Amino acid sequence: MASRSAREWQEQGPYAKAIERNAERQPRFESSSGAELDPLYSPEDLADWNYHEKLGYPGEYPFTRGVQPTMYRGRLWTMRQYAGFADAEESNRRYRFLLEQGQTGLSVAFDLPTQIGYDSDDPQADGEVGKVGVAIASLQDMETLTEGLPLERVTTSMTINATGPILLAMYVAAAKKQGADLAKVGGTTQNDILKEYIARGTYIFPPRPSLRLITDVFAWCKDELPSWNTISISGYHMREAGCTAAQELAFTFADAIEYVDAALDAGLEFDEFAPRLSFFWACHSNFLEEIAKFRASRRMWAEIATERYGSKNPRSQMLRFHTQTGGATLTAQQPMNNVVRTALQALSAVLGGTQSLHTNSWDEALALPTEESVEMALRTQQLIGFESGVADVIDPLAGSYYIEELTDRVEEEANAYLRRIEDIGGALTGIEEGFQQREIQESAFRLQRMQESEERIVVGVNRFQTEELEVPALAQHDRSVQTRQSERLAALRAERDGATVERALADIRAAARGDENMMPLLVAAVEAYATIGEICGVLREEWGEYQEVVTI
Amino acid sequence: MTDEQAIRVLIAKPGLDGHDRGAKVVARALRDAGMEVIYTGIRQTPEMIAEAALQEDVQVVGLSILSGAHLELFPRVVSALDERGVDDVLLFCGGIIPEADIATVQEMGFTGVFGPGTNTEAIIEFVRDHAASPAA
Repeated sequence: MASRSAREWQEQGPYAKAIERNAERQPRFESSSGAELDPLYSPEDLADWNYHEKLGYPGEYPFTRGVQPTMYRGRLWTMRQYAGFADAEESNRRYRFLLEQGQTGLSVAFDLPTQIGYDSDDPQADGEVGKVGVAIASLQDMETLTEGLPLERVTTSMTINATGPILLAMYVAAAKKQGADLAKVGGTTQNDILKEYIARGTYIFPPRPSLRLITDVFAWCKDELPSWNTISISGYHMREAGCTAAQELAFTFADAIEYVDAALDAGLEFDEFAPRLSFFWACHSNFLEEIAKFRASRRMWAEIATERYGSKNPRSQMLRFHTQTGGATLTAQQPMNNVVRTALQALSAVLGGTQSLHTNSWDEALALPTEESVEMALRTQQLIGFESGVADVIDPLAGSYYIEELTDRVEEEANAYLRRIEDIGGALTGIEEGFQQREIQESAFRLQRMQESEERIVVGVNRFQTEELEVPALAQHDRSVQTRQSERLAALRAERDGATVERALADIRAAARGDENMMPLLVAAVEAYATIGEICGVLREEWGEYQEVVTI
Repeated sequence: MTDEQAIRVLIAKPGLDGHDRGAKVVARALRDAGMEVIYTGIRQTPEMIAEAALQEDVQVVGLSILSGAHLELFPRVVSALDERGVDDVLLFCGGIIPEADIATVQEMGFTGVFGPGTNTEAIIEFVRDHAASPAA
């Protein structure tokens, strides 16, 4: 009895007999990428599995069990709610509120004009000012945004890409005005343009000059802003656009390789800039697969760093990541169910060893979140951190037959995809050919189909529907923001020293044609109160604009 | 519904937001249902959308938006269409349109408003039922 193998149990034993009597509740159980799952995992699945090779210890290569030796026993993850709306003043108030509520890091959402390099009074910005985030057109707005926030102590993550270097320049200028020691100023700029071309859409310039701006940030921060995470290489938006867990890893690492290669081409040393690379994953609803994905991601990066780039510095090999729960998993139907979805997703991010976490608010499939719903989302993290006990032991699920098998499998699937992208010629060539875009659309369409055929159940949407109740009051943002912003900009343009601005913009134009590091010039320009639209206007003239590869 | 002349549909993303998952899924579903679908890509101005509707001679225009700028941008699309004499198209929209705005959007002429969780069959059926026959 005791010596029977799992295979026998499954194929001839009690399991075989049971399913002969009663079919299981679905003909096939599968992973997010469609791989079939066994009913049970056992030591046989880990027959050649070597603990030290696959896992090691926390804080040690290949970092599968986590990047720090003490993980959450030392300090919980950073609870970092993405927020920002209307103008700098209102957003500053929200940040102070969140910090008072026990949030431990800031995360700034910018409005679309700021992300795409238009001033608030540009006709292109009409209707979008202050909508999905805060409008920041000049250093003046950044000073208001950060007023009273101790920039030496609070770390700030900024979701900003095409205009990332400019917003970073503004943040640095604001920190300098506070008298902060730049060596201590910490935070992250997303600064990941490739996934903008693939999925998120806030690109401005074509790939080559965009990659140059990114490597300029790598080079400049290494000397001037050593605690800054120069990039957050993001799988999140591709996952939200519909791809699978394994594709999320593969597409993101393909982007990472493109950035690293660009930096090496620019003459940087891997171990000099790689310690400041960070990553950003989504957390969707397949609880165990997501945990496996996080663990696999650390092992994959450790291998890429050492085997591909010959890294000698452990800090370059450890994949540090931020997680956000899955916005696309939220439902407009029975929206309070989203609290539970988000809690489960947040729990898997914590079990997967995330460094920071944003939990979505339950009302986000309906509108931009309210202060109350954001507070509940933050409380969800605090419940996990302080009440559930899961943060008391490091990587508590390690050694589970299924988790380890799944970690290996996600890694294998992701590596296979990564090889396909390499065969095409890398992430950038893939983007130009629409490869990643098409793969993501295929996965999104497959998911939609499965949902419509009820192969995939979404509670409250295609099963267990009820009459919808009246939704409680949702956030309505003030429509006068655009007017106020425009007035402030007009005043700023009248007050500042026009000649200094012109000189700074001329310097940027000259640098755009050459190859010197743009960062010092951007800092000088924002310090002269040149606006984001003016700076991007010059760069648009010099570099042109990216044209989307439209695929359906 | 005859197959000889497929319904021509323009799916467009007005404004600056890049969330195109829904737009692409709907475009694909309508195409699979036998319609001629033109997808504009993201970041389209109202003028670009109206121009595409005119040039492509569509009977249906579907807008997808998630940035919250619908109350500003939708009326501009409608007037850009009017200016070009495109006044007989069926309009529908999707994305995140708060409950409180639905009536306003419908008054602008967007007969169908499809939020998150909509079955693509419902959209296909809506377009088939309401689009003017191309032969008419």
